[in-house]
Parts: sequence; C-alpha cells; structure tokens
Amino acid sequence: MTQDTTFHHGDPQREAKPIIQMKNIEKHFGNIIALAGVSFDVRPGECHCLLGDNGAGKSTFIKTMSGVHQPTKGEITIDGKPMNFTSPRDAMEAGIATVFQDLAMIPLMSVTRNFFMGREPVKGRRPFRRMDVEKMNETAVEEMRKMGINLRGPDQAVGTLSGGERQTVAIARAVYFGARVLILDEPTSALGVRQTSNVLATIDRVRKQGVGVVFISHNVRHALAVGDRFTVLNRGQTLGTATRGDITPEELQDLMAGGQELAQLEGSLEGTV
Amino acid sequence: MANMAQTVQDERLKQEGLGARLMKRPELGAIAGVILVTAFFLITADSAMFTLSGIMNFMTPAAQLGILAIGAAMLMIGGEFDLSIGSMVAFAGLIFGASVVTFGLPLIVAIPLTMAVAAGLGAMNGMIVLRTGLPSFIVTLAFLFVLRGASLVGLKLASGGSTQLRGVRDAVQDDWLAPFFSGDAFGPIFVALAEIGLIDTFKNGTPKVPGIPVEILWFIALSLVATYVLLRTPQGNWVFASGGDRNAAANSGVPVRKVKISLFMVTAICAALVAIITVMDAGSTDARRGFMKEFEAIIAAVIGGCLLTGGYGSAIGAFFGAIIFGMVTIGLTYTDFDQDWFQIFLGGMLLIAVLFNNYIRKRVTGER
Ligand SMILES: Nc1ncnc2c1ncn2[C@@H]1O[C@H](COP(=O)(O)OP(=O)(O)O)[C@@H](O)[C@H]1O
Ligand SMILES: [Mg+2]
Repeated sequence: MTQDTTFHHGDPQREAKPIIQMKNIEKHFGNIIALAGVSFDVRPGECHCLLGDNGAGKSTFIKTMSGVHQPTKGEITIDGKPMNFTSPRDAMEAGIATVFQDLAMIPLMSVTRNFFMGREPVKGRRPFRRMDVEKMNETAVEEMRKMGINLRGPDQAVGTLSGGERQTVAIARAVYFGARVLILDEPTSALGVRQTSNVLATIDRVRKQGVGVVFISHNVRHALAVGDRFTVLNRGQTLGTATRGDITPEELQDLMAGGQELAQLEGSLEGTV
Repeated sequence: MANMAQTVQDERLKQEGLGARLMKRPELGAIAGVILVTAFFLITADSAMFTLSGIMNFMTPAAQLGILAIGAAMLMIGGEFDLSIGSMVAFAGLIFGASVVTFGLPLIVAIPLTMAVAAGLGAMNGMIVLRTGLPSFIVTLAFLFVLRGASLVGLKLASGGSTQLRGVRDAVQDDWLAPFFSGDAFGPIFVALAEIGLIDTFKNGTPKVPGIPVEILWFIALSLVATYVLLRTPQGNWVFASGGDRNAAANSGVPVRKVKISLFMVTAICAALVAIITVMDAGSTDARRGFMKEFEAIIAAVIGGCLLTGGYGSAIGAFFGAIIFGMVTIGLTYTDFDQDWFQIFLGGMLLIAVLFNNYIRKRVTGER
C-alpha cells in the first residue's frame, strides 16, 4: 500500500478527543431508510474518509452532520456535548464547513458573492453596516490563487467557470470557513489529474493545521492517498472503521463493493478489477 | 506539489473593456430604453413635455408605479412574484380611509396601522408560498381576487353601501404628518426660483410648478435605499442567493425563509405607501384603486432587467422601467398619436426587454 502514499502523514492522533461524534444516526425519508444507524467521528488533524458505492447514504450522512437534515434517530455531540443542528447555519457556527456534492453555488452570482454567501464580512456601525466589499474581493481572489486558479476578476460569474473551477471555488470557500471540521463530498469527481492532486494537497495542508477533514469518495486510490481512517458505508450501514496501515487497498475495495459480490466478480474477471 | 500557489498569468485572459463590463449590468436595457423613449418624444411630442411642469407630469405617475415596481423587483430578484399588489393598494386604501374617516385616527396611528396590516398580509402570502411549496404566482393570484373583493365589501360597509369612501382630505388636512405624504415638497425654494426668474411662472408670479410632488421623492429615496441594500449589505446578497438557487443558498447558511417572507412584506408595504399617497391626493378611496398595477409593476421590473426566474435584476433598473412607463403613458398626450398606442407600445417593450434579459443572462452565466 505504500506505493499509494503520496503525502506525508502525521501521527494517527489516536489519543486526541473527537471534535464531532455521530452516534447511531438513522435517517428515514418517508418509508425509505437512507441511514440505518451509522456511527462516525472526526478528530482534530486527521482525514477520515467515508467510502461507499453510489446510493450508500454518504451524502445523506454528511448532510445530517452539516445541519441540512435532522437525524430521525441518534445523537450528535461536539466536544462531548450534545448538539442539535436545526439549520446549516448552526453547523457553520460550530465550525463545520461543507463542500456539498452539488457544490451549493449560484451561477448568476459572482465568485465573491458566492464565496461569502451567508457569511458576509461587514464593516461600519448600524444602521450603516455594510459588506466589506474590498476585503471580500481581495480574499476571494487570494484564496482562489492559493488553489491554483487565477480569476479574471472577483466579479466573474460562477456560471462562466468550468466544472473543475467551480468545484475549486467551493473547496476554497469551505477551507476558508472550515474552522474545525471540513467536509468534502466527492470533491474529486469532476476533476482532472492535476486539480485532483491539488485538492489532496489541500486536504493535507488543512489537516496539518489541526482541522478534522471528512473526505468522501468512491475512489479508493484517492482515499488511500490522504486518509488516516476509513469508514465504509453500505446500504445505510457502516461496515466498520479501519485505521491506515491496518487494511490493504484490496480489502478496502472489497468492503466498498459489499464484500463477497466483488470477490465473485473478481473470480470471473480474473483479477482485472 | 508543496507549492500550490501558481501565480502564472492565464494567457487566455482577455482584458475586458468598459463596454463589455457595462453589458453585464442588469439595468443597461432600461437605461437604453429611457434614452430611446426620450429621443422618440423629443422628435414627436410637443416641446411642453420636457419643460419642468411636463417632467413633473410624467414623473408623478412614474413615481406611483415606481414605488410598487421597486418592491416587485426586489421580490422578483428573491425568486418570487406578487400578483396581489394592485389589489393590496385598494385594500390598504380602504384600511387607511376607514382609519382616518370612520375612526378619526390621526395619521401617526393610521399610517403605521395601514402598513402593518399590509405587511401582515404580505407575510401571509409568503408563508403560504413557503409552507405549501406552491408557485407564488398562483398563491398571490388568489390574493389578487380575495383582496379586491374584500376592498369592495369593506368599502360598502364603511361608506354605507357605496364603493367609494370620501372625506379623507377633510380628515387629514390639518395633520402635521400630511405634508410628508401629500402635496408638493420644497415649495419655498420653487417660489424663490420663480422670483429670480429661473423657472416659469403664471401671470400673478406664482411658479407654474409649486414644488416636487412627494411621491417623486419617496420613489427616488426608495430606489436608492433598495439599490444600497441589494448591492452593499449581506441581506442584499441573501436576496440574490435566495432567488438564484434556494437550496444552495440555504445550504450555505442563508436564512431563505426569512428573506422571502421579508420581501413579501416589503412589497406589501410599498403597496400600502402608494395607497396612502394616492388616497390622500385624491381625497377619497375606491375599489378600483391599483387596478392592473401588479402587471405594470412587474413589467417595469422586467424592463429594469429582472429575470422571471429570479436571482438577477436591479432596483435602479426598475426605477428607469417605471420612468419609461410614465413617459409613454403621459407622453402620448403630447403627440398626435392616438393614446391607445400606449398598450401596444408597452407590450412591445416587454417583449424586447425579456429577449434582451435572456441574452444578458446567457452572457453572464456563459451559457450559449
Ligand atoms: N431527500 C431525499 N428523499 C428521499 N430519498 C432520499 C433523499 N436523499 C437521499 N435519498 C435516498 O437515500 C439513499 C442514499 O443517497 P445518498 O446519500 O445521496 O447516497 P450517496 O451519496 O452515498 O451516493 C438513496 O437511495 C437516495 O435515493
Ligand atoms: Mg453522494
């Protein structure tokens, strides 16, 4: 597995207390059971990968973590204290920033306005309190530059950006606001090779700053490149959490596909998967 | 790899000219429209149209519509419609008329009361839309009829069987608040200007234009405030975000429900303001007040660059859109054209505006 190791890994931080803990989370949509008791935690300075096939419930799970959905059952604690997020705003205030799979970007609005949407910096006193437009523009351009993208201008509409660039804006925004926990839902799915390694390097950078990263992927190689721990979801249930070094890529791949199914497949395809 | 900050200049980056940047402003079409319409009337209309009194003549109806259009534009940017604002003018007129005539309330009570009732109804519109998830178009269409009907029934009750309630002027004329909502402002300045011969006077020396009608001042002030809020405050950003994509906005921490309900309330308060001003001006109120104004206000907002799908537009655009409206309605009386060309002209303007907006939207979002 060492050949997949692209980045230097810090200590697994086994001793550190989790920032956020999700205990036996269930989420039902009408009679659909999207999550059937999932437990998960994130410690400071680690990258915890959430893996699973399409429809496994990964997005639903992180949406309960970021306040979009309220869990049907289960408990969420932050620093050991029970929390009840009623909106994404609550989660943000607790220091959790998310890059959603659909990115949550508005094509008609400029990069700057998207970047600060919902969290605009202000200056001046009431009632003349206003957005600090200069600071917003500077920050947006600077943060995008750090991610390797030079904007035409801060007022460029997000709709004119390519898919990869849009994804990068969303990631830059989350990194900027992700004070304690950064959640990335399949951030590499629309990216090319270079942008993917940029994102993986970004994960490594924020992890070193002590942020807990939740990295969702269904690409085992991407996960292994940066992950410290790996949790596999299958049909709304966890198949367990493994620590880096305790699991081989093959085992992880197997788990993701639900174990025996892939084993059978592998037999018939003679090890090409 | 460690050095992620790549500061290479993008060679595909083209310097954008002023023209290209202007093309991206939502109000561009409306400004072009004002220039076109002005040019048209400069050629065809009697020169009296562009004297001071001629300008006040078309700016007064423009302002009355414009106050509604500013509200409608903000609501449209926020992704919703309100088809009930015309009926709201009638209903608020009834509340206001009944307050001052039937109940003899002073303006300091009657005006906030009228606005509060309107705001409450606006909030109700908003809550129904958000609760049910139905299009605001259909919910407010229901309110268009409900409020118009309520105005009729209420007027008959308040006036003892008639659909008109008189006596507003007598009831408010001595009120200290009346000058803020009726008549003309800056009268003494206009007298002084007349004395030094800067503006036209009647034979007896009084100025032909006694001052600036207050609705014009309200209109300008509201346009400026709305523009400031939209472009320079977090709340303005939330309006664009809520209209652009509700889910994305909510997931980014924008309080979408609050934003939308507030916008419905603001729009209703704008309708109440128009009701108060026009009722005091006319001295009475009737059930036809505000008839069809919802459509005119939406047209002005669209001419001003608002997209029907939300998330894009400007208050300044709606300001110019309303002025175009006033100029065309009143301007035709200064020409030899039949006044009824008005509607054809507006329909044409609307169509051109929608096509133009569509083109601008594609430029902004880069889609082809
Ligand atoms: N809002 C919703 N309403 C109903 N079903 C949903 C909703 N969101 C997700 N689901 C269902 O939950 C399951 C998990 O979806 P999701 O979390 O998006 O999977 P993943 O992100 O792992 O691909 C799917 O079967 C999906 O259809
Ligand atoms: Mg998903």
